[in-house]
Amino acid sequence: MTLLEQFRLWLGGIWPDWAAYVLPAVVGIVIVLGFVLTLVIVFIWYERRLLGRFQIRLGPNRLGPEGIFQPLATAVKILLKEDIVPAKGDKVVHWLAPLIVFVPVVMIFAVVPFGERAILADLNVGIVYVVAISSVSVVGIYMAGWGSNNKYALIAALRTVAQMVSYELPIVLSILGVVLVAGSLSMTQIVASQKIPFLLLQPLGFLIFFLGTVAEMNRCPFDLLEADSEIVAGYHIEYSGMKFAMFYLGEYGHALAYACIITTLFLSGWQGPLLPPILWLLVKIMAVFSLIVWMRATLPRLRVDQLMAFAWKGLLPMAIINLFIVAAEVLWLSEITPWLMVAVNFVFAGVLVLLWSKLFTLGGGRVEV
Amino acid sequence: MAIRTEPFILNMGPQHPSTHGVFRMRVTLDGEVVVDVEPVIGYLHRGIEKLGEARTYTQIIPLTDRLDYLASMTNNFAYVLAVEKLAGVEVPERAEYLRIIMAETMRIASHLMAVGFFLNDLGAMMTPVLYMWREREKLLDLYEMVCGQRLTYNYMRIGGVSHDIPEEFLPALKRFVAEMPGFIDEYDQLLAQNEILLARCKGVGILPKHTAINTAASGPVLRASGVKWDIRKADPYSIYDRFDFDVPVGSVGDNYDRYWVRMQEMRQSVRILEQAIPQLPEGEFCAEVPKLLRPPFGEVYGHIEAPKGELGFYLVSDNSIAPYRFHIRPPTLINLTALKDMVTGWKVADLIITFGSIDVCLGEIDR
Repeated sequence: MTLLEQFRLWLGGIWPDWAAYVLPAVVGIVIVLGFVLTLVIVFIWYERRLLGRFQIRLGPNRLGPEGIFQPLATAVKILLKEDIVPAKGDKVVHWLAPLIVFVPVVMIFAVVPFGERAILADLNVGIVYVVAISSVSVVGIYMAGWGSNNKYALIAALRTVAQMVSYELPIVLSILGVVLVAGSLSMTQIVASQKIPFLLLQPLGFLIFFLGTVAEMNRCPFDLLEADSEIVAGYHIEYSGMKFAMFYLGEYGHALAYACIITTLFLSGWQGPLLPPILWLLVKIMAVFSLIVWMRATLPRLRVDQLMAFAWKGLLPMAIINLFIVAAEVLWLSEITPWLMVAVNFVFAGVLVLLWSKLFTLGGGRVEV
Repeated sequence: MAIRTEPFILNMGPQHPSTHGVFRMRVTLDGEVVVDVEPVIGYLHRGIEKLGEARTYTQIIPLTDRLDYLASMTNNFAYVLAVEKLAGVEVPERAEYLRIIMAETMRIASHLMAVGFFLNDLGAMMTPVLYMWREREKLLDLYEMVCGQRLTYNYMRIGGVSHDIPEEFLPALKRFVAEMPGFIDEYDQLLAQNEILLARCKGVGILPKHTAINTAASGPVLRASGVKWDIRKADPYSIYDRFDFDVPVGSVGDNYDRYWVRMQEMRQSVRILEQAIPQLPEGEFCAEVPKLLRPPFGEVYGHIEAPKGELGFYLVSDNSIAPYRFHIRPPTLINLTALKDMVTGWKVADLIITFGSIDVCLGEIDR
């Protein structure tokens, strides 16, 4: 029983039924939204500072101690901007797109466990819900690209659809590996079953899932849809003011959401010694996010056909092989000791990654027209 | 049923993050694939060639600063060499060495920008640029010491240079020369074996040897295509024949070769500097030249190996204080003519990086 359900039961004793049903939901939503928005602001600050470190500069450090209020200044700046709608754009689609990008991102947090019983909705199909909801943003990005009546935005929109659809498959397949070992689709159950973090138990699965999610959240080196050197700003080129803020929040919200999911699926979620669960969760989220920022600071961008090749020829076959290996291990090895599985999986991961790096090259070469 | 499709015409620029100034390309796309590129230039036209005809020979020097503003020293250098050739001015030894030092540091500074922004076009989020700016900054400090400017130096004079170097200049330069190979190694470590960089650059945007020669390309673009042509060797000007250095040559002529050639040229420039600094003689830094120079009747073409290619100045004198005709051969304008051959059939992303690998400077193209 989650904390919210307990709260509802307790309220049910004193308040009428409908109020006892509505109030906990509102409280939960406010807490989660507060958590998301605060952490997004921290993320923006953290990324800027960390990028500064990577790029031998300071990063924003003027506003408040260590520049902590810089994101607020950015937010004020963005919100005060004039809201411009392209004259020949599709106004309804243009208006709707930021919402469709932002709302699903927040909805993902409904199933993220923040503590032992601290979860907004303990769905028994939590991970399926995550996969389903997170795909909705693609529609929003496509709408933004289409509704803007801008050629750069259109290119970005078409790239988005191809990219998201391609990377969904390896992500889902690597999640299946986790689900097989955990024996449940519920997020709380997945966390509870991680006596050893699944990062150790399924290194290859983690690698595939991580790269897949980096592509899903459009981060470097897979940030093709806002490739600023090619298509300027991609799908949000025609957006300003509050609508742009929604995209901005959505982008960092996506990063936060996937950092939460990675933490939950592979880094044993809120579990950890000594510190309270929420702190453990934050530490792990920050570690994942730092890794993402590191990649952003170091790597150049892939080309669009190389991106597709990486998904279909690189990640997807590896994910399928990984799934079979895990299935066989769950069938035959799980009774002995999990540490045997750790050893076997690390060997497999090493061999497969080595094999793929030899067999599969991104390749330059001339493109067939 | 076949779907009816039509080409997609995209205007890249003149305001675009990776056009290196105000360059505009009218690109015809088939999906992501480039079918046709039509460069549209002239957004930065200031009529420098015409302005030059109404100025004295010395007054033209600041105009040349505004050509390739990332390598102003070499622009000055090429111009004063042409005038000296026209007027037959002898340059003191010390000035020759100072000019070489400035030209080679400028080459390093220009290549740092070229490689850095090439990586930016690849999508590397400013990190390589900022690492390279760290070193470029040191060079700009050096220039600030000698002439007080950080971008448009106006340092060379007909018959020498405008100021002698201050005493803190040489120690700073020596420190830079000692440190630079280590920094180039650092860039190599960061970039040269990067899987994504190799995948994006190897075999992309190939400029074959014969096309490169036919388009009169020069500089790193030509050398990357495998032609060993460096004016410092082919037609030694100033005192380049006294130094020992190699001309790095690429093999394929793809984006990676152009990147590689620039990295190697920086190493060679450091080599030249290492030889030039100990040899720097004492003495005059500028010859006695009349303020209003009246060269004899005649015409002259003076060219040097600027960081971006062969920079030439064509001057016609009518024995007055101003040139009768003042023409510039900008290297990047001519290198740019090969762009269409290099990118047709490639993706948009390849168009951007190939354009970046030519290393254009709009100040020079539009003049």
